[in-house]
Amino acid sequence: MTGKRVTFSNTWLAALLIAPQLLLVFTFFYWPAGEALYWSFTLEPPFGGENQWVGWQNFKTVFEDPLYWNSVRISVIFALSSTALAMGIALILATFVDRQLPGYQAYRFMYFWPYAVAAPAVGLAFRFIFAPDAGFVSALNQWYPGIWNPARDGFDAVVLITLANAWSMVAYNFIFFLAGLQSIPRSLNEAAAMDGSGVLRRMADIQFPLLAPTFFFLVVINLTDSFVNSFGIVDITTAGGPARATDLMVYKIYSDGFKGKDYSLAAAQSLVLMLLVISLTFIQFRYVERRVHYT
Amino acid sequence: MTSRRLSIAALALAATIGAAQAQAPRVKFEYWYGLTGQLGEVMAEHCKRFNEAQTKFEAVCVGQGGYDRAEQNTIAAFRARQHPTIVQIYDAGTVNFMLSQATYNAVQFAKDFKMKIDWNDYFPGIRSYYATSKGEMWSFPYNSSTAVMYWNRAEWAKIGRTEAPATWEQYERDMRALKAAGSTCAMAFDMDTWQSMEQISAIHNQPIATMGNGYDGLGAELVINQGVFPRHVANLKKWQDEGLARVQTAQTGKTIVQAFSDGSCASMVSSIANHGVVGSTGRDGLDWSVAMIPVYEGFTRHNSLVGGASLWVMANKSKEEYEAAAAFLDFVLTPAEVKWMPNVTGYIPITVPAFNQMLDAGFYAQPKFRGREIAMQSLTFTPPTQFTRGIRLGNFTSIRSEVRSELEAIMNGQKTVEVGLNDAVARSNQILRRFEQTFRGRNLP
Repeated sequence: MTGKRVTFSNTWLAALLIAPQLLLVFTFFYWPAGEALYWSFTLEPPFGGENQWVGWQNFKTVFEDPLYWNSVRISVIFALSSTALAMGIALILATFVDRQLPGYQAYRFMYFWPYAVAAPAVGLAFRFIFAPDAGFVSALNQWYPGIWNPARDGFDAVVLITLANAWSMVAYNFIFFLAGLQSIPRSLNEAAAMDGSGVLRRMADIQFPLLAPTFFFLVVINLTDSFVNSFGIVDITTAGGPARATDLMVYKIYSDGFKGKDYSLAAAQSLVLMLLVISLTFIQFRYVERRVHYT
Repeated sequence: MTSRRLSIAALALAATIGAAQAQAPRVKFEYWYGLTGQLGEVMAEHCKRFNEAQTKFEAVCVGQGGYDRAEQNTIAAFRARQHPTIVQIYDAGTVNFMLSQATYNAVQFAKDFKMKIDWNDYFPGIRSYYATSKGEMWSFPYNSSTAVMYWNRAEWAKIGRTEAPATWEQYERDMRALKAAGSTCAMAFDMDTWQSMEQISAIHNQPIATMGNGYDGLGAELVINQGVFPRHVANLKKWQDEGLARVQTAQTGKTIVQAFSDGSCASMVSSIANHGVVGSTGRDGLDWSVAMIPVYEGFTRHNSLVGGASLWVMANKSKEEYEAAAAFLDFVLTPAEVKWMPNVTGYIPITVPAFNQMLDAGFYAQPKFRGREIAMQSLTFTPPTQFTRGIRLGNFTSIRSEVRSELEAIMNGQKTVEVGLNDAVARSNQILRRFEQTFRGRNLP
């Protein structure tokens, strides 16, 4: 008791020690978020000056716009499919490396690199590789003319940005899956092997259930990241086109706010996006996490 | 050895320059420019030329990585009171700056700081684009261009023609002949509205918006679903479907300029600023030229619109910085400097005296610059009318992107021309009404 009181009685020191962190959170999160909240209920002229209170008008404009709902739909499809793809590939790669297949040390080292590549650079690379006229993939069009054209076909464009986003997320997921796999006691695997269960059986019954916490963590991170961090890729590969087929919510915020200088409309949309991501994360923690057993 | 000696010499030079500066401190001012790449280097070079030409002032020039970034950064900086004295703002940003109450209007500035400028030196079409509805200049036109048609003379020779088509009807006949002669892409085009919507409407003297293309107030509405533009879009769609014209963008692998330069497409409509690019990146032996954009039969040709950027003087800076800025602006407007720009870029000379001097000196007779005078003819074809003086619409960047999206939908076959353009107009008008509401109580000068 006394020891505890001594440790925590110096409230000022404690406050001082956490102050820098609090200040950072305040400056880079609460302050801008508060400003966005204020702007979303006003009309803010680009250069500042007298802004007017308009109540819910900005939100009404956003929700009454059918193209906004189109953008929400694409964002959800994009987030789900790139998360599934990125996690699936990463899991397979991590299992291979965990099984110490030949050359695994080199792979373990190399698979992490893509995560260090900035999103616009990823976008540029994918744009070149998948360009229907000139890219490597244009060979497809030599065999079946017109089968691949993200500049014209909205579906192809969504596939393109999903691949690019998944590619850059695989590396991150890979490291976490590998760490998760390696923290599973070898003895469990070996015991199962001695009982005669094959590789796939051991994966399904021992490794994957024990990976559940990692899996859950990565789903949250991947979904959040796909919703809020994908604009660099979209901007370079498709610029939201063709005909708004890849106009993700976060890209729409960027084009309305930074290109169009309509700060209030962008602020309202970012609040909606923030609420969406918060509620998604909440649902995951509330309902999905219950099924996760931490070892 | 020599390189080391050189670097020592450079160091010594830097030291002496430093010492000279220490003796007589120069008045510094900041200038932000938007252009990037080779053109960005030219902007930096222009500052260097100013700094070397005199010893009283120093321009500190900072590239912002793109026209839209330059505008965004200036807005953010102004709100934080960290803005530059001069900023290069592209044509579409003019309205925001006119309404911003954050600038020092050019006419007043020139008067207050006794600049030598003669406003009548600018070409009328350049002046009108950046002037208020009363004809008063609020910014200083700088790098300027207009759109022209680029055509591959060797391809046209195959169909026995030595002239570029002057009408779209002739263009269509030529394209069919080119296709018959084996061309797979007689014309490259993209969804950039500057060529298809803005320039085509101007040369046919057709309005883009009511209230004199928006000059007369913030209540303007878009009218591009009438007149010649729908007809042109329908043609583009038809030519695309027939295999005469092809969409070329960064997303397809090659932009229209790249597709024209490597000879895979026989023609395009693009900015004269790309004249230098085609010249330097064109395939060996590419036999090409430029011509004025064709007009539809039954229309009288009018002047085309200027594109590019102007220099804005920002408010709330010190008197010393303004004096330095005035010296810089006077410097870039001297005929020698106006003539320098077309030498190192594809931009046009912006003042009449400089252009005349270039004509006399045989600039346009040089093979490298052949055809550039076409841009001047196009820009000055008629005196500007209320529809060809420019476009002054709020949030024009968003309007352009709405129209571009609808054009994509039309070209993909998702929408008909009529539905697509009606949608573009309806959405653009919503943008205009929001802009009007945001700037309630302010009037366009």
